[in-house]
Amino acid sequence: MDEPRTPAVTKDAKPPRWRAWAPYAGLLALVALPFAAQALGQAALTTLATRMVILAIAASALNIALGLGGLVSFGHAAFYGVGAYAVGILTTHGASGAPFLGFIPGSELLGVNLLAAMLASGLVAGAIGALALRTSGVQFIMITLAFAQMLFFFFVALKAYGGDDGVSMRRRNALPGLNMRDDMTFYFVSLAILAVWLGISARLFHSRFGLLLGGIRQSERRMQAIGVSTVRTRWLAFVLSGMGTGLAGGLMAVFGRFVSPDMMHWTQSGELLIMVVLGGAGTIFGPVLGAFALIGLETLLAGWTEHWQVILGPALVLMALTFRGGLARLGRRREGP
Amino acid sequence: MLKVRGLAAAYGASRVLFDISLDVGAGEVVTLLGRNGMGKTTTIRAIMGLLAAQSGSIEFKGQPVRNWPADRIARLGIGLVPEGRLIFPTLSVRENLVATAADRHGAKNPWTLARIFALFPRLDERQSQSGRTLSGGEQQMLAIGRALMTNPDLLILDEATEGLAPVIRAEIWQCLEALKAEGQSILLVDKNIAVLERLADRHHVIEKGRTIWAGARADFARDRAEVHRHVAF
Repeated sequence: MDEPRTPAVTKDAKPPRWRAWAPYAGLLALVALPFAAQALGQAALTTLATRMVILAIAASALNIALGLGGLVSFGHAAFYGVGAYAVGILTTHGASGAPFLGFIPGSELLGVNLLAAMLASGLVAGAIGALALRTSGVQFIMITLAFAQMLFFFFVALKAYGGDDGVSMRRRNALPGLNMRDDMTFYFVSLAILAVWLGISARLFHSRFGLLLGGIRQSERRMQAIGVSTVRTRWLAFVLSGMGTGLAGGLMAVFGRFVSPDMMHWTQSGELLIMVVLGGAGTIFGPVLGAFALIGLETLLAGWTEHWQVILGPALVLMALTFRGGLARLGRRREGP
Repeated sequence: MLKVRGLAAAYGASRVLFDISLDVGAGEVVTLLGRNGMGKTTTIRAIMGLLAAQSGSIEFKGQPVRNWPADRIARLGIGLVPEGRLIFPTLSVRENLVATAADRHGAKNPWTLARIFALFPRLDERQSQSGRTLSGGEQQMLAIGRALMTNPDLLILDEATEGLAPVIRAEIWQCLEALKAEGQSILLVDKNIAVLERLADRHHVIEKGRTIWAGARADFARDRAEVHRHVAF
């Protein structure tokens, strides 16, 4: 029961030299990508990369709960969807001029709406976490799934905001000084948000709060015996994780100018989990790699055959077996027992 | 500081503790002695709230803490060094020490990393090594350091020197003597009677879940033969 799991932060492993440069090389490639796409006449690559970047934010946020806190949440699509709906609803009201619920003014500003998305998803994560964190293991997985599905059906039934059809927005939210209709601009805005989020994540992983979560993951009882309120610590991690996922959901809503209940379907939760596990739970860049690998593979296979899922499944199994511990742990010394 | 009366506890249907009483005063070093399987660790677990007590009373700093949540009891000022050490293997020595550090009651001379490293110079040398790479003795020192970093009013050590080399044991006893000199209250569960006689102010002997003998150092010297009957050394 007390056996350590894969560590979040390892001090002993001496990574090869290229590993230290890999994040910078990755960043450089991401900055160069839209220019290369333009030069090659493949503008669609930029929109694909934007999706990848946004989902990387969501996966990285889930990683705080999963990789750092050891909380296998199968309901993070709920926060992704709530963030998206917060933006969708505020934008609709911003365009019409009528306040939401009669007193909350709408907005078409990206900054305002993304903050609202984080706030709304944080509140929902706080409520779900307060109940779900009373359980653990399989029960926790099932309860988070159940809450997410409840929200899914709530929004399907919410006719005022499109029900099953969702909400369409006339134009993307504005960011003063930038032309957000331009896909390349939007890509760089998303990339900047991802960079900031990863910076926050890295700080969190190495903070005392991160250490406490690592300790709780290894043994909750032991942490309690040292005086740590484990429930409160894990709850806070769950809320932070939900807020990050909501931010990604909000950004995705602005990007596609569309929100629908599908964003909070359980398959979306599953995809986010796959991204984190594939890339490497408990690592900072792992979820980003996972998001790029999964969306890239999906797009590649879907362009090749309509039965792409038949190939994707075994491919994922193969990747999971080959890169044990995730893509981000490539080249890292195998951990001892 | 700690007052336990008539404590009873069970693991499921099997009762392990029937009638445990013990006292630890401020600045005192007190022992809990007994053969293996007599309920020493269970007593500690019940005091710490890690095992539900069925009856009896546990008072710490004047507060009835029986069946409080474990983290609340610890925060009131008990630092536990558990049996088997149980440090965090993936965290570095420094991280193990700072992750749970706290000074909740405004200690007069709060513990710092520098003070811990002065007490255990071996840990200073291994600051950035992960817990799993330490020797048993070093892990024990780390577990003690981790408990001290919470600035506890009462330090509880469960079999602190079990399975350690004699030279390491001596180092740990020396450290406990230094802590005693600073006025730290300590509850010790151990079997090393020779050292305990010199170090402790008061002893409790338990057998089959009952306190069968309790007394101060002088009483212990007087009743040595009786105590030895109940405790295998």
